[in-house]
Amino acid sequence: MLEDEFPICKRTVEGKPVAYLDNASTTQKPRAVLDAVDRYYRTSNANVHRGVHTLSVEATEAYEGARARVARYLGAKDAAEIVFTRGTTEAINLVAYGSKVGPGDEVLVTELEHHSNLVPWQQLCLRTGATLRVLPIDDAGDWRLDAIPSLLGPNTKIVAMNHVSNSLGSVNDIATLIAAAREVGAVTVVDGAQRLAHGPVDVSALGCDFYALSGHKMYGPMGIGALYGRDLEALPPWQFGGDMVLTVSFDETTFNDVPHRFEAGTPNVAGAVGLAAAMDFLEAADLVAVANHERALLDYAVEQLSSRVRLIGTPKERSGVVSFAVEGVHPHDVGTILDTHGVAVRAGHHCTQPVMEHFGVPATVRLSVAMYNAAEEIDRLVAGLDDVRGIFG
Amino acid sequence: MTDARALYRAWVLEHEKAPRNEGRLEDPTHSARGSNPLCGDRVDVDLKVEGDSIVRVAFESRGCAIAKASASKMTTLVDGRSPHEARALAERLTTLLARGNTEDDEALADLLGVRAFPSRTRCATLAWTTLVDALKESE
Repeated sequence: MLEDEFPICKRTVEGKPVAYLDNASTTQKPRAVLDAVDRYYRTSNANVHRGVHTLSVEATEAYEGARARVARYLGAKDAAEIVFTRGTTEAINLVAYGSKVGPGDEVLVTELEHHSNLVPWQQLCLRTGATLRVLPIDDAGDWRLDAIPSLLGPNTKIVAMNHVSNSLGSVNDIATLIAAAREVGAVTVVDGAQRLAHGPVDVSALGCDFYALSGHKMYGPMGIGALYGRDLEALPPWQFGGDMVLTVSFDETTFNDVPHRFEAGTPNVAGAVGLAAAMDFLEAADLVAVANHERALLDYAVEQLSSRVRLIGTPKERSGVVSFAVEGVHPHDVGTILDTHGVAVRAGHHCTQPVMEHFGVPATVRLSVAMYNAAEEIDRLVAGLDDVRGIFG
Repeated sequence: MTDARALYRAWVLEHEKAPRNEGRLEDPTHSARGSNPLCGDRVDVDLKVEGDSIVRVAFESRGCAIAKASASKMTTLVDGRSPHEARALAERLTTLLARGNTEDDEALADLLGVRAFPSRTRCATLAWTTLVDALKESE
């Protein structure tokens, strides 16, 4: 049983097994990941890249092995294309920090972006005088691909997009946007945070320049993520200190090779090991089977919810997430009442205030599924919604 | 099992549906906007103080039932009081809602239902901290 793989699934809330439907915020961790992190600390913990002693060699092998694992998982050509970061947010900030744009240049983002793939670009534009442009969405929550020609041009230097929307669940046609961006010579940056727990990615086939991910949203530990970069040499170093240098004197410092020059200080080795274990776990679970199971759950949720609530976002292809609003009841009140039923959902703007603006709501209730969820948990959510109606009339 | 009805008591639902003193004042002497960045809730509090007395108070809120009902309740509790008394009442509420406090209070009893729902305390206190901010403005 999958539930046995996830120790926290035995946890009860309000006397009931928790129906954890907040997986887009963070997934729970399987035993395989917990064990890998624990084993690393118990048997091989040492600092990396600097010791001649056995433990340091083992720790370095574990860390660099994890980098190779991430590269394989993403379809990268070489482990040197992978930088470990704290997560997607830090990965995007790294790229934004090193991007060279100026007045007259344009950075294109989409209306669906999480604040973490919007604010770094907005700040870049403020610093440099570049202009931020936005690819709009339609009322289903899909990108308006017809607007691409009017927004992309020779001035477009960067196009930043999310693979899957964290607030609506839209699976975006990134292949089309990447191809259009490459035609005008723009650098493409993909936020993959919501994709990797639910389906495969092949960055080489996609042809994107950067792809960012968070370990904790794909059954791995918090505090670890990765950035794939096709040409990391093009980015300047951004944090300075140990491990990212080759030689240091008072006159001059030379920097280490990529990807190490982007990893100043002692890295999160246990996190990287845990992330690699999560990727092993996901592949063993069979990504196609996971996607089919989750699609069935989402279809069932949409069917159950559409007569009861207002669905926010009805994208052509949906992954992971269903967002909705209960007429006359604020999402936080819905969230609290569901919690008393042992049902965990997210209520809020999901760090996508422009998306909320588009749909004219301050916030939504969001259910998000993972491989361990079951239809019975959707039923409990629906029963909780009936209680919401009972209370608010 | 915690019953959500312990939070959504009759007075909350009644104030949420028919809020007291809702809207903006045309000629406030004191105003402030409060927001909760975690959830995007927002409240505006307007006061008209004459001499040492709050003669009008109003609020406008974009938020949950708890935030709205608490704001509505706040206006009924501070109307006619002195700014000093209003501030003291707000501080008293903050003290009562601090984690672990089980003290009773006659005037604020209704607002203490949020105690069993620590994730919602800020919803209940938003209008009150905004009231204190508004009164600070002109000092």
